[in-house]
Amino acid sequence: MTADADVVRAAVDAAYREEWGQVVATLIGLTRDWDLAEDCAQEAFAAALATWPRDGVPARPGAWLTTTAKHRATDRLRRDTAGQAKLRQLAVLARAPEQPPVEDIPDERLRLIFTCCHPALPFEARVALTLRTLAGLSTAEIARAFLVAEPSMAQRIVRAKRKIAEAGIPYRVPPAELLPERLAAVLAVLYLIFNQGYDEPDGARDLAGEAIHLARVLIRLLPDEPEPRGLLALMLLHEARRSTRTDDGVLVPLERQDRSRWDRTLIDEGVAVLDDALTRRRRGPYQLQAAIAACHATAPGPAGTDWPQIAALYAELGRLAPSPVVELNRAVAVAMADGVPAGLALVDELTASGRLDGYHLLPATRADLLRRDGRVDAARTAYEEALALAPSEAERRYLTDRLRTL
Amino acid sequence: MKYALLICDDEKISPSMEEMDADPVHRAWQADLDRRGAELLGMRLRPVASATTVRVRDGETLVSDGPFAETKDFVGGVVLIECADLDEAIAIAAGHPYAQWGGVEIRPVWE
Repeated sequence: MTADADVVRAAVDAAYREEWGQVVATLIGLTRDWDLAEDCAQEAFAAALATWPRDGVPARPGAWLTTTAKHRATDRLRRDTAGQAKLRQLAVLARAPEQPPVEDIPDERLRLIFTCCHPALPFEARVALTLRTLAGLSTAEIARAFLVAEPSMAQRIVRAKRKIAEAGIPYRVPPAELLPERLAAVLAVLYLIFNQGYDEPDGARDLAGEAIHLARVLIRLLPDEPEPRGLLALMLLHEARRSTRTDDGVLVPLERQDRSRWDRTLIDEGVAVLDDALTRRRRGPYQLQAAIAACHATAPGPAGTDWPQIAALYAELGRLAPSPVVELNRAVAVAMADGVPAGLALVDELTASGRLDGYHLLPATRADLLRRDGRVDAARTAYEEALALAPSEAERRYLTDRLRTL
Repeated sequence: MKYALLICDDEKISPSMEEMDADPVHRAWQADLDRRGAELLGMRLRPVASATTVRVRDGETLVSDGPFAETKDFVGGVVLIECADLDEAIAIAAGHPYAQWGGVEIRPVWE
């Protein structure tokens, strides 16, 4: 059986996206050697490109790739004496069958995700390691996405792998008593990957898409946990609005976005995933943020938005995960639900507390509320204050525009 | 895996040996170590006021008063443990009373 070159290329690309993490995870599980695992996974994909055109795409590409990678690892370990000693320890690997196994290979990716996101690793290293080993991004791609020089990124990854080995970070799914804390660390990594892709779109690799894909994998692996579903819903609901978020480099605030251009398919899926999470009756920060995003995504316009509900959700979020930024968002919702003075009072409290000093959205929010209250002079002062603190060009242009049209 | 736990704090509390022995948190910690059979060696260090640091530079031995590092926290004890992995070491370290006001640094031992 032979296969068309384009069909094979597409099959290998699909397998890379779907199976890379699984192949690497299985090899690390067997050898505990991260570099060997990545090298052998790479070779297995090269072998697929070479042989699938001749032999056809196997029925189960993942099993084929894993078996091929295992063979490569066995061959490499046989070549040196240290490796031979290791091979004798790895009875499983030594007994690797010559043909792809018929039974399902257990999914090892969960162990890999939790190890990559272990709190003993620096946060940036967790992100890089997750993208490298689970999503299969090259070091160069990760470096470009995070605006870091490639050698620095390579060193970050090398150091993280060394720490895993030398500090004895276990390769496992954490036990029940550690799961909530460790799962939160995994979700934080996925959400950062998503936001990086959302704020700094990179034509070569869609990081927001990678984060959504990894969240889907996580949900398949931990089907009873509601928070991964909450995170997936949140990302889908943001993704649905992505194309309307800026206009010619200028930030477009939610109330001015063209809702007819929001992606209804993504919104429907986000809402369905969120409903599924909420039925499990263990609400968490990601589910609450997704619920807020769902209120916006399903409203016909700013006036038809359920602001009392959003204010209540922010209040609940503030209790679960206290943060001055959440309080600022609650103030906006309260201003919409109960009138500008009620919202301004909350903003003034926050300003007095000093907890958001230097954060441009504090004066920017205050300015918007003052403008809506008709207090033009006070609004101008606050917009100018925000403009001086705004970190990005898109936001500066938005604030300049607001000042001009006061 | 073998780990050295460096028990650190700023020495503001500085409980006596008798107070440490009577501290229920410390007792629970010691009982946990015994149950796990994890402790290979443990010692409490006298406060940093009694420390001496030796450096050799260009063949000359320089002796100075005080600890090596000028930091807020000082090593007040060293416990050598043997356990399965970093997660178990973290669980053990988290049980030490100093973790509640100082910190416990976990250092894998070069083997």
